[in-house]
Amino acid sequence: MSLVMPEPDLTTLARRAEIVAALRAIVPGEGVIDDPDELVPYESDGLTAYRQPPLLAVLPGTTAEVSAILAWCHANQVRVVPRGSGTSLSGGALPLADAVLLGLGKFNKILDINYVDRIAVVQPGVTNLADTRAVEDAGFYYAPDPSSQIACSIGGNVAENSGGVHCLKYGLTTNNVLGCEFVMMDGEVVRIGGTQLDPAGLDLLGVVVGSEGLLGVVTEVTVRILPKPETARALLIGFSTVEGAGQCVADTIAAGIIPAGMEMMDRPAIHAAEAFVNVGYPLDVDALLIVELDGVGAECDHLLGEIERIALANGAVSVRMSVDEAERVAFWAGRKAAFPAVGRISPDYYCMDGTIPRRRLREVLERIRALSDLYGLGVANVFHAGDGNLHPLILYDANVPGELNRAEAFGSDILRLCVEVGGVLTGEHGVGVEKRDLMPEMFTDADLKQQQRLKCAFDPKSLLNPGKVFPQLHRCAELGRMHVHAGRVTHPDLPRF
Amino acid sequence: MAEAAFPASESDVADAVADAVRAGERLAITGGGSKAGSGGDLPGRALPMNRLAGVVDYDPAELVLTVRPGTPLAKVTTLVAGERQMLAFEPFDHGPVFGRESGAATIGGVVAAGVAGSRRVSAGGARDHLLGLRAVSGRGEIFVAGAKVVKNVTGFDLPKLAAGSWGRLFAMTELTLKVLPRPETTATLFLSRLDPQEAVQAMAAAMGSQAVVACAAHRPARDGEPSLTALRLEGFAPSVAARAAMLERVLADYGPLNHAGEIEGEDFWAGVRTLALLPLAPALWRINVPPSAGAAVAAVMERLGAAWLMDWAGGLIWAAVDGAGEEVRAAADRAGGHATLVRSSAQERATVPAFHPPAPGLAALEERVRRAFDPDGVFETGRF
Ligand SMILES: Cc1cc2nc3c(=O)[nH]c(=O)nc-3n(C[C@H](O)[C@H](O)[C@H](O)COP(=O)(O)OP(=O)(O)OC[C@H]3O[C@@H](n4cnc5c(N)ncnc54)[C@H](O)[C@@H]3O)c2cc1C
Repeated sequence: MSLVMPEPDLTTLARRAEIVAALRAIVPGEGVIDDPDELVPYESDGLTAYRQPPLLAVLPGTTAEVSAILAWCHANQVRVVPRGSGTSLSGGALPLADAVLLGLGKFNKILDINYVDRIAVVQPGVTNLADTRAVEDAGFYYAPDPSSQIACSIGGNVAENSGGVHCLKYGLTTNNVLGCEFVMMDGEVVRIGGTQLDPAGLDLLGVVVGSEGLLGVVTEVTVRILPKPETARALLIGFSTVEGAGQCVADTIAAGIIPAGMEMMDRPAIHAAEAFVNVGYPLDVDALLIVELDGVGAECDHLLGEIERIALANGAVSVRMSVDEAERVAFWAGRKAAFPAVGRISPDYYCMDGTIPRRRLREVLERIRALSDLYGLGVANVFHAGDGNLHPLILYDANVPGELNRAEAFGSDILRLCVEVGGVLTGEHGVGVEKRDLMPEMFTDADLKQQQRLKCAFDPKSLLNPGKVFPQLHRCAELGRMHVHAGRVTHPDLPRF
Repeated sequence: MAEAAFPASESDVADAVADAVRAGERLAITGGGSKAGSGGDLPGRALPMNRLAGVVDYDPAELVLTVRPGTPLAKVTTLVAGERQMLAFEPFDHGPVFGRESGAATIGGVVAAGVAGSRRVSAGGARDHLLGLRAVSGRGEIFVAGAKVVKNVTGFDLPKLAAGSWGRLFAMTELTLKVLPRPETTATLFLSRLDPQEAVQAMAAAMGSQAVVACAAHRPARDGEPSLTALRLEGFAPSVAARAAMLERVLADYGPLNHAGEIEGEDFWAGVRTLALLPLAPALWRINVPPSAGAAVAAVMERLGAAWLMDWAGGLIWAAVDGAGEEVRAAADRAGGHATLVRSSAQERATVPAFHPPAPGLAALEERVRRAFDPDGVFETGRF
């Protein structure tokens, strides 16, 4: 692997036994793991190409314990990597040899549900799906639905600002969270946001969401819950060209329709999915759209007709409308199983996550095809078509020497292409270690330094999840250097860090 | 307040900031001045953004609009309306609230002030629709954050900090906003004669139903006029009709649900938006609480003799009352929320801070975050 992580601190490595003892004094018994065999499950997250055993793992159960652990590590200059369920696809939870891995798995309780305020207060280790399960009997659900929702934690969702197939209409995590409690690296516990819609001061919640574990350890989250729509219906639409499918998406939005979900698959993805789940996807098409509508029955009926009309006007060769819930689920089955389906046709696959302006779709897919030929690796595309979030799955075999490197180089070229056409490196999976070194494609040095200065306001010693997101580590002292003009600091009355 | 410069470009802004830092001066970023009555006076030099105006890019099918900060809000609204789209957070012009003509508000100003109207409860606020920005930091450095596509998680989400920052972090020089289709049909339904407690319950029942309610507001009884609780439905005609019928069932216990005429409905929401339903004279408070606490706060406002309005299904209370700062802040605290003093006499402003005092730990963190963008405090005009 070509990834360079921060040099392990030799003093920390040498103090391992002392660190174990100090953390056992905070979290007794099995809460501190130092046995190498027991640390194996923590070696990597969903980005399995990278592995690194942590120094040790600690599994606190209370905010007070998290605070004490962080305060001790802060005082002793020990790095910490937070971890939820370990499903990150960008290596956000990748351990460091000299860092304590802080697992939030024991934070698995739902603390409060309030249907008047339409909120749930949950601990960060609660899984995304468990959040919905807790409120569904009352007719509610938690809208962001990453495909990993049975496993991924709300804390991880907050850290990654995760999305899902419904986020065009219902937003990402950031649009569905009202408040949180988090612990800063020095052990201080901070509450931001609340149950009301607007924060009292700066919208710090807005930056903590999506901060990839770099600003603080989230120990409680207040999420908004929504009434479950009366009905959901889906259309399965085949197109002989990608342009037709792309134009259908654009025309749908131009007609004022924001569907609950709008997913596209290309020919290789359709074939892989159909071979895996056998739900009757058309195989003679170049692009397949799944459009989901939700809301009251009258709305779905009305819009199904509208979208069928738009699809046919854009050359759709097949249109099916789900007649019942079983059929709607069947339409989705192939899309939802796209990753494992691709896993069946290739020993390994590498999932990319760029976003592009939708109008550039055809060009981007053509260039991905050309790159595929250049690198000699296959690719299947699934695509959150409504919001332009592309998931090319690069097919490779890790056992063939050089293929992983080629897959990574191919992936980097795809992401560069996304940025070149006006898009971004990541739409929902985060930067982590995976896209860290590509950040300069999208941001100047000044842009990145400004982001790092924010990091310094939360964690001036850079001990929390170092080596992630930023390609170059700057010391906070250097970033925060004061402007001293003619030997004096302006506004000496203002506090400084 | 003296004028430092009248920048016409981003590099002019950067120069003005660098000059101010060198001279040890402070800069007050101004837009249209529609909210100039909020907070204290603006010491320091003005940095007016009005000349940085105009649309940079607008592609309706991508749902993305890039615009310069000095563009008048009214222009932006008209532009997107021409494509049957909207800024879903319903930003509005504060001019009338301060007894001025409307039309001065700029897009940069409303975003920096985090202004959002009744639809905030269902569609999110300014923060939820600001996708990206270009800005000049208090170091005089130009930087970019966020992006020009609707879905992005690359790097820290700095644009979130801009919404509601009141120009205290950096000077925005370009904003990329998410736009959404404008609803084809809108219907307003009224319940009347509910007390605040019943109104909050009815609004919660409506918001918690499958009728997908866009807005829920309540105007208390006044001068012999009975109270009104209003629910707005938006969407395609067949859907709106079905949802209105659904609401009649859901709200059957709260008395008859009357369909407002189009003009009557629009008047009500305009009254909430411009606060024309409240008297213009006294101090104006904006109280943000969990909706379930809305009735308790309303009860305090009644006791204080305040004129008030409730929006966001009970989560936002606008109250007009002089000299009651302590009681208002205490009521907001008890409710777990906060209260902002939006408009007041110079005398009241001199003693009552505009923003709700934050918890001590949080105040220190906010301070460090501000210094991360503005180490010399160039944008700290002391207004708040
Ligand atoms: C099969 C599969 C499908 C997926 N589909 C989607 C999808 O549709 N949409 C999508 O957005 N993502 C998807 N993901 C990615 C992943 O599931 C999400 O990023 C998820 O939010 C990670 O949650 P986690 O609990 O597993 O976090 P982890 O992987 O454990 O950690 C992720 C990051 O969050 C930090 N972190 C975790 N918990 C905390 C905390 N309490 N406080 C502070 N920082 C914390 C970690 O340090 C790390 O940086 C998918 C992953 C897989 C494997």
